[in-house]
Amino acid sequence: MSSDPADASAPPKRTPLYDLHVAAGAKMVPFAGYEMPVQYPMGVLKEHLWTREKAGLFDVSHMGQAFLVPDDNRFETAAAFLETLAPADVSVLKPGQQRYSQLLGPNGGILDDLMATRLGFAGHDHWLYVVVNASRKDADFAFIEAQLPSGLTLKRVDGFALIALQGPKAAVVLEAHAPGAAKLDFMASVDAPVGGIWSHISRSGYTGEDGFEISVKTAEAVALWQMLAVHPDVAPIGLGARDSLRLEAGLCLYGHDIDETTTPIEAGLAWSIQKRRRIEGGFPGADSILRELKDGPARRRVGIKPEGKTPAREGTEICSMDGSRIGTITSGGFGPSVNGPVAMGYVDATHAAPGTQLTLIVRDKPLPARVVELPFVPNRFIRKAKI
Amino acid sequence: MAIERYSKDHEYVRVEGDIAIIGITNHAQEQLGDVVFVEVPEVGKRVKAGEQAAVVESVKAASEIYAPVSGEVIAANADLAADPALVNTDPMGKAWFMKIKLTDKSELDNLMDKAAYDKFVADSH
Repeated sequence: MSSDPADASAPPKRTPLYDLHVAAGAKMVPFAGYEMPVQYPMGVLKEHLWTREKAGLFDVSHMGQAFLVPDDNRFETAAAFLETLAPADVSVLKPGQQRYSQLLGPNGGILDDLMATRLGFAGHDHWLYVVVNASRKDADFAFIEAQLPSGLTLKRVDGFALIALQGPKAAVVLEAHAPGAAKLDFMASVDAPVGGIWSHISRSGYTGEDGFEISVKTAEAVALWQMLAVHPDVAPIGLGARDSLRLEAGLCLYGHDIDETTTPIEAGLAWSIQKRRRIEGGFPGADSILRELKDGPARRRVGIKPEGKTPAREGTEICSMDGSRIGTITSGGFGPSVNGPVAMGYVDATHAAPGTQLTLIVRDKPLPARVVELPFVPNRFIRKAKI
Repeated sequence: MAIERYSKDHEYVRVEGDIAIIGITNHAQEQLGDVVFVEVPEVGKRVKAGEQAAVVESVKAASEIYAPVSGEVIAANADLAADPALVNTDPMGKAWFMKIKLTDKSELDNLMDKAAYDKFVADSH
């Protein structure tokens, strides 16, 4: 995890929850231009395990939130525009539905990844709500704005906090304050009060667990956080555990596992390009991406399990058994739930099959490893809510 | 009585005769957070002051441990491989990293005593 060097000179910004983090004893670090909690006194290891067993509360207010609002009140107008930048089928979204996608450069490289949601509440179901990475938000919104056609407005919502509640207890905790929340489907959203605080709630997250992401006005962020944090099964979780949770869940971190030099196909994100877009194209780099989809990419992002106990960090060289270099680790560390080292990285497509033996070069020493299926820990998203 | 010295990299050196026991300070383990992996040097290795001698990894990152003094490694703590969390629970005791037979005791003069180290830590905040 690294902070954005571009922001190193500017004084770090604070989220509306900064004082709460400090009061809770969090260790604050610069991240993407913000002072963020990397861990609380519980520590990364226990915070990680807590989230997998109970519910973790994450401040992700540094992320970029914006609305795409069409003047003609037609959702199709907003969807059609986003489809010129991203390869997801956006137009098919029903009110409240959310989808993962990527902003692509002209050659199909990933400029950022994002969540796009068609708002669900009456009178606003033509609005598209997008959430992008903190480190990329200024660049993303400038990029989107530069290409906006007339009749469409990008409204940045810097006056909102974003709070994630993740873990097997998340639904029970939220349901107590927002009746009906537990019935939300995965990747669906609703605009509803949480204990009287108007919120945008989506069933989504970045941990591999069931959970919610809640957008709330800055002025009410502290009250919402405290309302959720008071539950005995809820603990605040820092960026350190957020990173180890998403790594075990096999989820990409922008600037590490995906960037302008990687395509969605290489990154194993082909699932996020729906059928209509595969047939019709019409997104940046469509020619090369659709060719990669058909013929297979030259390299692939894979899960990598070092066989010993030594973690292999980002940048570690990956070699085939004959000693030739075939790739690089893009995220790696210790997986608390796996109780051992976990990593992912790009390898030559001929070495991408699960079970393939590899050698990692850690501190000049060869370390045996093998390609494994992602995720390392089974995803426990609630596909269809039953409560 | 043992002499104890500290480096700016937050290692401690506890000297008994010409043997130095080396580990990381409580402040260092607090900064690292949960330690999940430790790599200690092989017995017989000759280390020079300032050279990398061991590795300690938290969930978040890998950190190099430098030899604060020169000499030959005469013992390395095998317990740390099996139980790296010892570094968090008992950094100044059971979680020693290595014992070095000193080649030049005057190198200890380059290190801080406890009062100077405590001030160094306080000033760095």
